[in-house]
Amino acid sequence: MDGAGAGQATQIAGSMAEDTWSVAGRTFRSRLIVGTGKYKDYAQNAAAAEAAGAEIVTVALRRVNLSDPSQPMLVDYVKPDRFTFLPNTAGCYTGEEAVRTLRLAREAGGWDLVKLEVLSNTKHLLPDMEETLRALKLLVAEGFQVMVYCTDDPVYAQKLEDAGAAAIMPLGAPIGSGRGIQNQLNLGLIIEQAKVPVLVDAGVGTASDAAIAMELGCDAVLMNTAIAEAKDPIRMARAMRHAVIAGREAYLAGRMPRRMYADPSSPLAGLI
Amino acid sequence: MKLTINGEECAFAALPDVAALVATLGLDARKVAVERNLEIVPRSAYGATALVDGDRIEIVHFIGGG
Repeated sequence: MDGAGAGQATQIAGSMAEDTWSVAGRTFRSRLIVGTGKYKDYAQNAAAAEAAGAEIVTVALRRVNLSDPSQPMLVDYVKPDRFTFLPNTAGCYTGEEAVRTLRLAREAGGWDLVKLEVLSNTKHLLPDMEETLRALKLLVAEGFQVMVYCTDDPVYAQKLEDAGAAAIMPLGAPIGSGRGIQNQLNLGLIIEQAKVPVLVDAGVGTASDAAIAMELGCDAVLMNTAIAEAKDPIRMARAMRHAVIAGREAYLAGRMPRRMYADPSSPLAGLI
Repeated sequence: MKLTINGEECAFAALPDVAALVATLGLDARKVAVERNLEIVPRSAYGATALVDGDRIEIVHFIGGG
């Protein structure tokens, strides 16, 4: 192989080097985390998670149905040996509720990696950040690795990180709203300051929203409704997989500068 | 014996322990988590955790969520 050829090979290898991210000591290739709510059934849910290329899925914890113990169970379709389960605290409004829920989740699954969300009211489902921070401290004291759903407030994001959050997960827009990334400036500030992974969680409506989140430089995106409520959830899951990869690649590639005026792509020299 | 399970009062013939309760309810012990009187019962301790009349039991599992 001549020198130029070897150089080219090195360059290709460099650009293809595996791009991974890590949270709480676990390393992942996929930067798309998907929820498991709102699907027609668990079979469609499992197919969407596969199409998304996800390695992590969020799950909720609820009472078993004692009147029909033979009803389908999530773990029979979305299997814990295929996906890392990220138990959430959806429906919890106090730190104590969140701690109780995640203690049970740790026993059910055997994992200490959890998603904390402490909501304020049922209309906008925005996080109660004061209570979220208090709950985080309780969970960290019990040895949990906590990925924290939060507002897009850089000041609170820093407080969460200082309190031991394993990852910061600001919303793009309210849960299930599909309104896209509402505050790119704040997300940019959060990403810039954070020394733990930052994931946009909630608000993504379609593929371009996921790409924008990744272009901002966040480590991963978490979504549920955008896939589950698409007319074709499996196809949207695939679209999201591509969008997250495209956004990540664009971020790594480094975008061109924005200019006020046009700049011709064809040379002006040598015109006939 | 009477137990409150997931908020509902249930009557059973005497059950010695949590393992017997989970089996009686037809549940797969590997797929649930159990709380007795607000204390987690580790799966490994189901057989060693005796039930007492009036116990409040929560039995939960993972379902779909975001």
